[in-house]
Amino acid sequence: MSLSQSELSRYSRHLILPEVGKLGQETLKASSVLVVGAGGLGCPLLTYLAAAGVGTIGIIDFDVVDESNLQRQVLYATSDIGKSKVDVAKQKLLDLNPHIHVNTYQEPLTSDNAIELFSQYDVIADGTDNFATRYLVNDACVLAGKPNVYGSIFRFEGQITVFNYQDGPNYRCLYQEPPPPGLVPSCAEGGVLGVLPGVVATLQANEVIKVLLNIGNIASGRLILFDALQLSFREVSIKKRNDYEIKELIDYNQFCGVNEMTNNDVDDITVFDLKEKFDKEDTFELIDVREPHEYDICSIESAVLIPMGDLEDSLESLDKSKSYVVHCKSGGRSARAVAMMKEYGFQNVVNLAGGILSWADNIDTALNKY
Amino acid sequence: MAIKILIPTPLRPSVNQQTELMVDVDGDVNTIIGSLVESYPKLKVYLVDDSGTLRKFVNFYINDTDIRDLDGEKTVLSDGDCISIVPAIAGGVV
Repeated sequence: MSLSQSELSRYSRHLILPEVGKLGQETLKASSVLVVGAGGLGCPLLTYLAAAGVGTIGIIDFDVVDESNLQRQVLYATSDIGKSKVDVAKQKLLDLNPHIHVNTYQEPLTSDNAIELFSQYDVIADGTDNFATRYLVNDACVLAGKPNVYGSIFRFEGQITVFNYQDGPNYRCLYQEPPPPGLVPSCAEGGVLGVLPGVVATLQANEVIKVLLNIGNIASGRLILFDALQLSFREVSIKKRNDYEIKELIDYNQFCGVNEMTNNDVDDITVFDLKEKFDKEDTFELIDVREPHEYDICSIESAVLIPMGDLEDSLESLDKSKSYVVHCKSGGRSARAVAMMKEYGFQNVVNLAGGILSWADNIDTALNKY
Repeated sequence: MAIKILIPTPLRPSVNQQTELMVDVDGDVNTIIGSLVESYPKLKVYLVDDSGTLRKFVNFYINDTDIRDLDGEKTVLSDGDCISIVPAIAGGVV
């Protein structure tokens, strides 16, 4: 695939690298990469792949831009809030490099569409944000025979590797099972340093380019660990394992216990019910299981702060005969808190659905949100 | 016997934000992790399941080699060995 004069000028810093050169740049132009997820990882990854001249880039993401994305999802601007991520991303990438093609898929990746979609691309790059989709991307890459350039992040921790490269190990060789639902806090609860996905995604872009050009030492069979707090990189080895044979795509939500997240034993009340309890002067105690730094941003009057990690130790000091309402930011942690309290013999304890965010949206609109 | 244990950032809140811990215990991985969670009870739920088995979403490496490529939980450590704990992370939503 030959390069125009405009392309030769644009890619001149690549062309004078012997490891890339004109032939390598033509290879990039003839290549196709699918980026799964146009979020914190997807944005920098897409930017570098487009800038580098990868000829065909696919983007799959069902989401729209939210204000809380802007802290790390660097393709989007304030004026993009509410717009489709794939549409905005496509426009920004074509503005950066009009010589490439961008295909967009505004839909979730599922067991029904994954293999057909993956089979149209040379390399798949995983920038997703949940375990169910991670296993789906992995299994579909194995079945479609595509390398999976993997990056993942949590708070200050990053992990990078290339799975399924030339019959190398895949994600199931690294982790047989996802964590049980509810054990690991979600991004909205756990937080993430905004620059972390930038570091991890640029390393993913590095590996995508190396795989396409077949240069250097690909991070296959090696898990690269990045600690943003210490600014340290380490690596551990990943061996190929055959304890699970990937034969077909499965129900990944079920595999990851996503549906179990709705605990049937936990009774919810709405923020309107809570308001009514306050108005009727019902006798109950409101427990806030968030962290102190979250409590500092906003709190519901009369709520007692007992962070989730301290709750178990604090239960002895609480009167089991009393009535309790438990809340957190959006209702996930507090549901687990209610389940724990019930296990310890508390009878009259309910979860505030939607947490303090719902309270701020519907009852006390002057409250700060985060 | 001195064993160094590297704690990943997601688990540091359970160990007072320490990046590495030194333990002075003889024995295999099970014994050492058992001693670790006894000293830091908040770690237990992340490392060990209800039946006392090491969690499958957390990997343990001795000097960068997965214990599954050694003798698993029964891998005996030597003085000066380093254990890395590496949990699966997905990017946020679970």
